[in-house]
Amino acid sequence: MRFINVIKVALRALRRSAMRSVLTALGIIIGVAAVIAMVSIGNGAKSQVEASIASLGQNIITVFPGSMTSGGMRGGWGSASSLTVEDAEAITREVAGIAALSPEMNDRSQVLANGLNWNTTIRGEDISYLDIRLWAIDEGEMFSEADVHSATKVCVIGRTTATQLFQDSDPIGQSLRIRNIPFKVLGVLASKGFNFFGQDQDDVVIIPYTSHLKRIARRPNLNSIIIQAQSPEVMARVQQDITDLLQQRRNGKEPDFTVRNQQELAEAATATTKTMTLLLGAIASVSLVVGGIGIMNIMLVSVTERTREIGIRLAVGAHGRDVLTQFLVEAIILSVMGGALGVALGVGASQIVSKLNNWPVLVSTSAIVGAVGFSALIGIFFGFYPARKAAQLDPIEALRYE
Amino acid sequence: MSAVVQLDAIHKTYESSEVPVHAVRGVTLSIAAGEFVAIMGASGSGKSTLMNLLGCLDRPTQGRYLLDGTDVAQLDRNQLADLRNQKLGFVFQGFNLLSRTTARENVELPMLYGRRRFTTKEIHDRALQSLDLVGLRQRADHFPSQLSGGQQQRVAIARALINEPQVLLADEPTGNLDSKTSVEIMGVFQKLNAQGITIVMVTHELDIAHYCKRNLIMRDGRLVSDTAVTDRLNAAAEMQRLLAAEAEAKLTA
Repeated sequence: MRFINVIKVALRALRRSAMRSVLTALGIIIGVAAVIAMVSIGNGAKSQVEASIASLGQNIITVFPGSMTSGGMRGGWGSASSLTVEDAEAITREVAGIAALSPEMNDRSQVLANGLNWNTTIRGEDISYLDIRLWAIDEGEMFSEADVHSATKVCVIGRTTATQLFQDSDPIGQSLRIRNIPFKVLGVLASKGFNFFGQDQDDVVIIPYTSHLKRIARRPNLNSIIIQAQSPEVMARVQQDITDLLQQRRNGKEPDFTVRNQQELAEAATATTKTMTLLLGAIASVSLVVGGIGIMNIMLVSVTERTREIGIRLAVGAHGRDVLTQFLVEAIILSVMGGALGVALGVGASQIVSKLNNWPVLVSTSAIVGAVGFSALIGIFFGFYPARKAAQLDPIEALRYE
Repeated sequence: MSAVVQLDAIHKTYESSEVPVHAVRGVTLSIAAGEFVAIMGASGSGKSTLMNLLGCLDRPTQGRYLLDGTDVAQLDRNQLADLRNQKLGFVFQGFNLLSRTTARENVELPMLYGRRRFTTKEIHDRALQSLDLVGLRQRADHFPSQLSGGQQQRVAIARALINEPQVLLADEPTGNLDSKTSVEIMGVFQKLNAQGITIVMVTHELDIAHYCKRNLIMRDGRLVSDTAVTDRLNAAAEMQRLLAAEAEAKLTA
């Protein structure tokens, strides 16, 4: 039989019981839609995580003080006060491949201005901090190198802090008081939103680290040093060099610092979302298999119902292979049509989800190709047994079948 | 005339049940081209089994069957299918048309399964030609459900004829039809036979057998009678007679 006729006959048979065909294909439709939606949503989440990690800055290495043990109580990372401005200067001086560096101070404090008060994070930073973090000034300007050098009482504030303290009035040029010390607001930072850990990054006051050391914290030690390497390729070496240099500066004492790089965090986070995507996809594929079993079930019923038809076809000269092809093609058409509808449904669903969550739409082509290909395979796999059963019927028995 | 069907001591035994069933016990028969044969017999006499053997739907357990010179016993499932497709035409008691498929498409069916490839137009034309032979060309696009029993059986005959078979096999072709329609179908058969088509049919109605040229009677798997029909009925004349009787009945009523 010509293939075009095979397809015609199959389509007619499917149309004859349209409702049943649609319900049968529904298993595949849902399965494919689920796979595509899950993978797309997973990819969207992954890119969201990647974007939020990228917003922390590129190629960043951070040095934290080590842990301090006092009276048998171990304080955990960052509890020691062992990181100094000299360490930061030594790194700038001696380690190659560094794009920018900023010694960091970090405190929470009550801030007063405009008759209002607000508890927020007070960061002490160098001027390069905004470049490292890819952070822009929205209004006004950043403090200058001279301000850092002379520990001036100036600051830039985040959008949240600006709203909380100054409300509708322009904060530029006004002053706010941290621990009773007045700081002049030079600029307002562009809004950066929540970070990967759910903290509001805009709830901040940034002052020169020198001012922070001298006027706010009143201690000689830094909370951390943030370093930007020139490229991802030199990251590992820069990290090693920093470790070696700091160790050398401690004259063989126990290392009281730790050097972390953001790549590790990024890798861990993307690995998590990748696993989630895989898991969601795997669960969705189960429904594809269930859909395939539905097709097999209906094809078996169809073979029984059409025993006489098969008998007639065999009697007038159809080979077993002709009958096999006919039923197999029917099963494949069912599953591929289901697959196509499933793609439409899955893409639609992932568009809606990404719109609701403000995620980028990431419908992966490989998921579409994979799901449709897989559904065709399911058609062949689950259609083969009923088709073979039909092909092996005895024409006499089949003709006599009521 | 050369024999189209040559049966030589044919036996068929069904081994499937506990006691083997010996359905056909040594039938020897020769049917020449152009014959019109009726096989009769009570149920269980083996006439259906013989019909299945003649139709190459089944193979004899013993004996030789030459169809148009081909020994059927040697053929496999697919070769038998090709033989049915090319050399035989089937007409069944229950018509066995595909529902929701037009008359023309039903008639086309054997051509679709032929080993020779035809263009769609060739197949169309042949189907219409075949429907013309049974006088149903104008019903080509009707579905079986829109046709009367007699018309459905004529579609089935057209289907049997499309591949120009050597033998037309009919299994109780009038079994589901009333007497007037039966005469109509026998008229179609007589017309086809007059054009040279060999017809073998199974029937249990004696008057239907009288439209044929030769009557065979089977009992217990054996042929017990083989006679030429002397007082052969003419379907056209019978139809005239029936119509006249009908008209008269209407007048008197």
